[in-house]
Amino acid sequence: MARSLMSVHGADSDFDPANGKFGGYASAQEAEAAMAATGLFNQKLVDEGHFVFAGGLRSASTATVVDATGDKTAFTDGPYLESKEWIGGFWIIEAPDLDVALELAAEASKACGGAVEVRPFAG
Amino acid sequence: MIEDVFREEWPRVVASLARRFGDLDLAEEAAGEAFLSAVTGWRDQLPPNPGGWLMTTATRKAIDWLRRESQREAKQAESLLRQAEPEPAHVIEDDQLRLIFTCCHPALAPEARLALTLRLVAGLTVEEIARALFSSEAAVGQRITRAKAKIKAAHIPFTVPERLDERLPDVLAVVYLTFNEGYLAGSGPALRTDLSEAAVRLARLLHAQLPDELEVTGLLALLLLTDARRAARVDETGALVTLDRQARTAWDRALLGEGHALVRACVRANRPGPYQLQAAINAVHTSAPRFSDTDWHALASLYDQLYALEPTPVVALNRAVVTAEIHGAQVALADVEALHLPDYHAYHATRAELLRRLGRTDDARDAYTRAIELARNPAEIHYLTRRSWEMASTKGSP
Repeated sequence: MARSLMSVHGADSDFDPANGKFGGYASAQEAEAAMAATGLFNQKLVDEGHFVFAGGLRSASTATVVDATGDKTAFTDGPYLESKEWIGGFWIIEAPDLDVALELAAEASKACGGAVEVRPFAG
Repeated sequence: MIEDVFREEWPRVVASLARRFGDLDLAEEAAGEAFLSAVTGWRDQLPPNPGGWLMTTATRKAIDWLRRESQREAKQAESLLRQAEPEPAHVIEDDQLRLIFTCCHPALAPEARLALTLRLVAGLTVEEIARALFSSEAAVGQRITRAKAKIKAAHIPFTVPERLDERLPDVLAVVYLTFNEGYLAGSGPALRTDLSEAAVRLARLLHAQLPDELEVTGLLALLLLTDARRAARVDETGALVTLDRQARTAWDRALLGEGHALVRACVRANRPGPYQLQAAINAVHTSAPRFSDTDWHALASLYDQLYALEPTPVVALNRAVVTAEIHGAQVALADVEALHLPDYHAYHATRAELLRRLGRTDDARDAYTRAIELARNPAEIHYLTRRSWEMASTKGSP
């Protein structure tokens, strides 16, 4: 079994329906449907023994970059890279080979409504 | 002689080592060393069982390499050495199929699939691949190294996929691209032959393993029927010879016979796909004793079927050539001019030909000029240039 990261990238948006922000989705209904489908998919991962961890992330604007490689530790507001697309959530899965991982990623993409990047862990 | 044995045995040895040792790098290295030993060791005398000799030698080389790498793995290597008896033929054939699917995996970039397949399955050297693909050795080498590293790190499996239908088109595309690079790429004729032959070998290997996959049968037929005309395609001045002017006696009868039989098998199965239809189109062309005997209505029907499956402007362009023979150049020109292929040399060449037939000499010359600017293949450039020039001199004569 090999461990992989499956990450979802997309336009950054908070989930704040009152202010017309639906976490990158077009409407509250669309966001709810994706949440429900993702919940079912997560349960499948658990049932079939692929699940290690999964989670959605807050907006990239809430990120803080910490750099302690110099003499003084530096704290910087905002994400590490300037981009139009950000990581919005991720899974860590176990799969015997890439074909299985890619099939799971296809299901994940359908469920959450975004493109999914599959990347193996080292070791 | 030795070269034929190498071409035949290379994918068997690499594929078998890749499965037994689970490492493509090791498989390639060890196979390479074994083949090098054969070059110096055999001289002009082939051993009684060259394939077995190469497999055993490559297995020993792989184990030696493992011993040098790690003492722990040396123990496993010893047990492998004891098991290194000849494998049953069907296991080795399965290994080759697995190797092709691994090399053509959709998680690899298309150009990496091509380079990797040519190296590991077709047995071309990095230098040969670089020359054939108009790339540098460094770039091709890096592409192959990176692809092998990804196969290892991302755990791309060494298996024939369960969903064969989904993955087979990727494999066939690599074989077809290899053939086309060989058939229409630039540079000297020897290089082209290398790639075309590699593609035919790959198609034969696939067909032997997947005899019920009709698109595989269709692809093999298409390559054989195209390859059969190779000797007639270029004249002694190096210019392309179009189908209407080819010496049909120079076509390879054996390849045509084999190709026609495969097309008949496809027609009987009656589940047409794009490669089968292209093969059938080539079968119609090569069944006509003379160009004037060509069954244009059969071709029109086949192009309609192909267009229904693949509604691309390139298919429509080829169909227009048939339309010209049935309904005349005026109708065909209208079809061609409705297409949007501004950067495709064949679009301008076809348009030029139709304009020439309609006596629109100035327009035709402009179209030939554009086609020549866009063409890459020297034989085609030569042909188009002469065609344009012929027309100019006809105009000047009384």
